[in-house]
This record gives sequence, structure tokens and C-alpha cells, in this order.
Amino acid sequence: MINPLIVNIAYLMLLSGLLFAFIRLTKGPTLPDRVVALELMASIVAGTVGVHTIETGVASFLDIAIVLALMAFLTAIGFGRFLELGGPRDD
Amino acid sequence: MIEWIVSACILTGAALMFLAALGIFRLPDLPTRMHASTKAGALGTSLIMIGVAFAFMDVAVTARVVAVVTFIMLTAPVAAHVIGRAGYFVGVPLWEGTVKDVLRDKYDPKTHHVESGLEEVEGPPKPITYGMAECPVLQERDEFEPKKSDPGG
Repeated sequence: MINPLIVNIAYLMLLSGLLFAFIRLTKGPTLPDRVVALELMASIVAGTVGVHTIETGVASFLDIAIVLALMAFLTAIGFGRFLELGGPRDD
Repeated sequence: MIEWIVSACILTGAALMFLAALGIFRLPDLPTRMHASTKAGALGTSLIMIGVAFAFMDVAVTARVVAVVTFIMLTAPVAAHVIGRAGYFVGVPLWEGTVKDVLRDKYDPKTHHVESGLEEVEGPPKPITYGMAECPVLQERDEFEPKKSDPGG
């Protein structure tokens, strides 16, 4: 089994990354910045799911990572389309 | 031995994702933030997934890991391109230290037209329809038609 210290260090780095991305998500200043921060948050959560898979040894958690990656891509495409076609914005 | 490979993959991936988040927090404008988050974020997720494959040493897990990594490597550039393009078109301000912006003189945000420099050869520009001109629902809507004249100037 893997050393718990390594897993905890990885969790610490991932969670502080999530915190930074969340600060950018709240600060803005424009809607595309927030979309980029949301996409990064989704990929950080997918990485956290991977670390959790290694820690617990349950391989079924990988499906969550697949779905998260898919959802992040669809969200980005949807927001890009929305912005380009000129939907209502309230930055 | 495998444990060391898994530890190296996890730590490198987590550090890369931390760097991506630091870049998204510290960098000054949208394209620089996107360049930090897309490249480092995709590589970080992929490294952690490769660590998962090494930790399990199983065919089913490795197949799923290959699927995730391929999907991330395929979709991260596409998503970044779409958001960057949309951000430029809606007029997100660039950093004041930007050295090169090729579209600045050639793109007109009102008509959404980009000059190619070959207008004499190719004739007048066609109206941009986003590839939805064939959609019957959008054809019935008046506001989708390109404006013939702009009364406001």
C-alpha cells in the first residue's frame, strides 16, 4: 500500500489549488475568467478522485473521474457558445 | 518499486495542478490564465491517472485510465480554444503589457468580421451565420438575420 504521508501531501496540494481556483472564481473579473476557473476546479476534483482511488483501493471511483472530465468539457463548450452568440451577461 | 513510481506520479501531478491553480490566481489576464490552467491542469490530471494505473496493475483499470487520459488530452485544447475565442470576441481586456495582438486592427467587434488582407481578390465578405443558417427555427427569428443597416451609426 502507498505511504499515507504521500497521499496527504497530494491532498494538501490539490486542496490548496482548489482554494486558489475558487478565489479566482469569486473574484472574476469577467465571465470567461470564471469559466476557466470552473474548468480547472473540475480537473482538480478529477485528480482528487484519482488520489482517493489509490488511497482506498476501490477502482469504481475512476468512473466518477471520467464523468467529471466529460462534464467539464461540455460545460466549457456550452459557455463558449453562450458567450459567442451574445447571451445576457452579468459579470 | 511500484510504490515509488506511484508516489512520484501522484506528487508530480498534484504539484502541477497546484501550479495551475497558482497561475490562474496570479496571472494578469484571460489568455495567460488559460495557458496556465489548460497545460498544467491536463498534464497533472493525466499524471495522477497514470499513477492510478500503476497502483492497480489491472487491465480494466488501465483501460479506464487510458480512456480518461485520451479524453483529457483531446478535449483540453478544444475547450481552451473555444473559451479563448469567445473571450476575445466579447471584448475581455488584455493585459497592458501584451506585446502581440494580431487581430487588434483586423477584427471588427460590431460586424464580427476579420479582415484577411485578400479582400480585393475574394470579393466582399459574406455575413457570418455560425453554421446555423440551415436551421429552420433560427431562420424564422428576425434577430438572427444580419443587420442590413445600423441606425445608431
